Amino acid sequence: MSDALLRIKNLKTWLGNGEAPVCAVDGIDLEIHKGETFVLLGESGCGKSMTALSIMRLLPPAGRIVAGSIFLGETSLLDLPENAMRRERGGRMGMIFQEPMTSLNPVLTVGTQIAEAVLIHDPGQGRDPRGRVIELLKAVGIPDPEQRYREYPHQLSGGMKQRVMIAIALAGRPELLIADEPTTALDVTIQAQVLALMKELQQKTGMAVLLITHDLGVVAEVADRVAVMYAGQIVEVAPCEAFFRAPKHPYSRKLFQSIPGREKRARRLAVIRGTVPPLDREFDGCRFADRCDAVMDICRRQVPGWTPLAGGQGVRCFLEGGAGPDSTGSPPEAAAEKTGGRQGGHPPLLEVENLKVHFPIHKGVFRRVVGHVRAVDGVSLGISAGRTLAVVGESGCGKTTVGKAILQLPRPTAGSVRFEGDELTRLSGEALRRRRSDFQIIFQDPMASMNPRMLVGDIVEEGMLAQGIGADARQRRARVGELLEQVGLPAGAAGRYPHEFSGGQRQRICVARALAVQPKLIICDEPTSALDVSVQAQILNLLQELQQAYGLSYLFITHDISVVAYLAHEVAVMYLGRVVERGTVTEVLEHPLHPYTQALLSAVPVAEPGGRRQVIRLEGDMPSPSNPPAGCHFHPRCPQAMDKCQKAYPEAVRLSETRTVSCVLLDQDS
Amino acid sequence: MANFLLSRLLSAALVVLGVVCIVFLLIHLVPGDPVEVMLGESARPADREALRAALGLNQPLAIQLADYFGGLLRLDLGASLHSRQPIAGMLAERLPATLELAGVSLLFAVVIALPLGILAAVHKDRGWDTGAMAFSLLGVSIPNFWMGPMLILVFSLWLGWTPVSGREGAGSFILPAVTLGTALAAVLARMVRSSLLEVLNEDFIRTARAKGLSQGAVIWRHGLRNAWLPVITLLGLQLGALLGGAVITETIFSWPGIGSLLVEAIQKRDYPVVQGCVLLISLAYVLVNTLTDLVYAWIDPRIRLGSG
Repeated sequence: MSDALLRIKNLKTWLGNGEAPVCAVDGIDLEIHKGETFVLLGESGCGKSMTALSIMRLLPPAGRIVAGSIFLGETSLLDLPENAMRRERGGRMGMIFQEPMTSLNPVLTVGTQIAEAVLIHDPGQGRDPRGRVIELLKAVGIPDPEQRYREYPHQLSGGMKQRVMIAIALAGRPELLIADEPTTALDVTIQAQVLALMKELQQKTGMAVLLITHDLGVVAEVADRVAVMYAGQIVEVAPCEAFFRAPKHPYSRKLFQSIPGREKRARRLAVIRGTVPPLDREFDGCRFADRCDAVMDICRRQVPGWTPLAGGQGVRCFLEGGAGPDSTGSPPEAAAEKTGGRQGGHPPLLEVENLKVHFPIHKGVFRRVVGHVRAVDGVSLGISAGRTLAVVGESGCGKTTVGKAILQLPRPTAGSVRFEGDELTRLSGEALRRRRSDFQIIFQDPMASMNPRMLVGDIVEEGMLAQGIGADARQRRARVGELLEQVGLPAGAAGRYPHEFSGGQRQRICVARALAVQPKLIICDEPTSALDVSVQAQILNLLQELQQAYGLSYLFITHDISVVAYLAHEVAVMYLGRVVERGTVTEVLEHPLHPYTQALLSAVPVAEPGGRRQVIRLEGDMPSPSNPPAGCHFHPRCPQAMDKCQKAYPEAVRLSETRTVSCVLLDQDS
Repeated sequence: MANFLLSRLLSAALVVLGVVCIVFLLIHLVPGDPVEVMLGESARPADREALRAALGLNQPLAIQLADYFGGLLRLDLGASLHSRQPIAGMLAERLPATLELAGVSLLFAVVIALPLGILAAVHKDRGWDTGAMAFSLLGVSIPNFWMGPMLILVFSLWLGWTPVSGREGAGSFILPAVTLGTALAAVLARMVRSSLLEVLNEDFIRTARAKGLSQGAVIWRHGLRNAWLPVITLLGLQLGALLGGAVITETIFSWPGIGSLLVEAIQKRDYPVVQGCVLLISLAYVLVNTLTDLVYAWIDPRIRLGSG
């Protein structure tokens, strides 16, 4: 154990000083070796970020470390006076954060912000750190570093900002890099770039990385060892291989089972019942007992100790890994086969043709229109009754705008949207308002999409009132109760406010609100992106049940390929305002043909170590939709670009009844 | 940047144009016949006619407006009805007093408010914070028309440290500047505190601390630079008010500035002078607010470079 770099013993971090402080970190032990990548895995609120901030001693004002020790090499960090601690921060250990957008100071240049760190921790550079800063910018793969040195954060893309953050962390030549969800806010192709960069830097410098994430795919991609956190404690530690082969703790197993994916299509996703217990009290037994399928008597009476297992694995559970890997999994519930009838014969419920949404750009004193943001630039798609079409793409590709334009909010600039044969773009006023009961929307952030001062019952009822559904108040109230029960909430929820519910429950309320007007189509705009995976599983299950019960159609907007694989029947892949590839889930996900689809799919981390295909790395960022590249929009980043790609946007090539691809590679005639 | 500057200056010019028009129309907003209001009901018809002709009120409105603009371009604001002096000259004579008082009050306010606000933010919910906010509450609550006389009572009459009124020597600045500056310092300290508190919660502050920067460097370089914007806005508005002449305070201390000129003119029904004062005050507001916008751009690169 001489190569231990960081040793944490019995660390306890509390939040709040009142009667019942929250024990955010409740006695964790861990050891990180030199040069390894150690991953802390867990869902929101499990204490993983607080652990990282405790190591840096950067806790928020309400937080304090009440017990334990943290050693970096031979230095006891918790015993250092503040000014000595400052030399360690940014020196022997650097940290990067989840939100690169807000983690850089907007009024200082990139160069200044890196130089600050160099001046503190690299006195060898003398008074002019510029050379070293440029060197760091080069090391993190920022093109044109002399130019970037003088730029401000808002002039950089998200991926570039995260690279700058890494450069700041590297300035002190750290032995330990703490990365708190460093790629969660980034698109998958950019995530792939940043993870690869971190790996490369680690190999060059030999630093250890403590990576915090909730994404099993990211774990599989980078981890040497994994620790799973639950409710302030580490419940399992394992080498990466062993963890993915046989996770020992029931909670770890549940995490695996709740990831959506192609092979789980036919069944319901496993969910973890209940919620994380509040951490402001003493526990008499296992913290997971109330949610565990393998719970025994002893689990409630006695707090489980740490059980070391063979191969460097260890677990905090009375089962001690004795039970078979599947015994805690819920039996695959009612293998309700997805809508048997293929699409043939059904007239499409929604047909969108050549949809365009352009937003004018105003400039100058007289607000002249100087150009247009072509958010959506000629999108065609269709959904049949009872089916799910997933629209996937990275941020800024226009997928959300497509969803809103179908609802006529905003009005499309051009193109046609036919719903059951009626042209929505020509409806207006009262006629359009009446029609709105047929198509509803669910948003990404359920809290922000509900009026916080309205009772849940009123929120659900409002649409019925607007559409004249239900004869009188009593009938409507009864219906609200039914709806809430249908989405898995107690009928009593109607008398409470949105803030009294958890994230998953709030999204259920939004589903009930959408259902209240008996829609035929629901546009789901990233409805599970803000939720933990176990909660996401609940919402996906709910959406599927409702589809089967009412024959609902979904337009599912997402960037998460595993959700697409689990839920969708058809897929449309968008890039810079256009659909580049369209087809059934099998066609697109199994045999992607457009180079962008191929790159996108290859960049998605898969939750199995080693078992992944080669990542097709895309260079650079998505261009601006106000000034898209000539010809095929993707050609500047396309690994297979040819001369003719620059000339004209490729025609959509129809390959089968269901499939079209817009790429010259497939257009053999031309 | 050039674009931003140009658009700011252009819109300032438009506002000035509007202001001039409104000030010109001011005299027509007087209920009844302005001439009668000025001279009183007992005036002889011949005198009224003479005044009407002198003010140009017998001309059509368009001609009056053109004359007014023409006069402005020659810096001719007409003459006082009372003293027959040119109004531009009267304003020029009074302006330095107002500028000086505004400058000193502002300085006083900033010197008090900045450290107080910063200390309060850094030591949130502790002694410094409570004290600073108590001062701030007091400062906002005490009206100038009470504070001025009280200061005179204590420091001039009882202690005899400062002159009672007028503008002679450095000592005469103290009381009016404290009167004006206290209220300003109170609001300003509050703004500095809340603005800095907000910034200190931002993610990039955590980044700065994670670099190993000292508390002082974090607050000065990263905190305050971002906290300026709302503070500057408030400062701009308040400075505009000070430049326009603090009417009450100038009157209390017989300070020979624009504010007291305005009050005198109103009392004497000297409408052309009132017009001149209002015009000057409005221009001061426009000028200060345009400057504020330019300072924004200087501080925040997102405004300067466009948020592309």
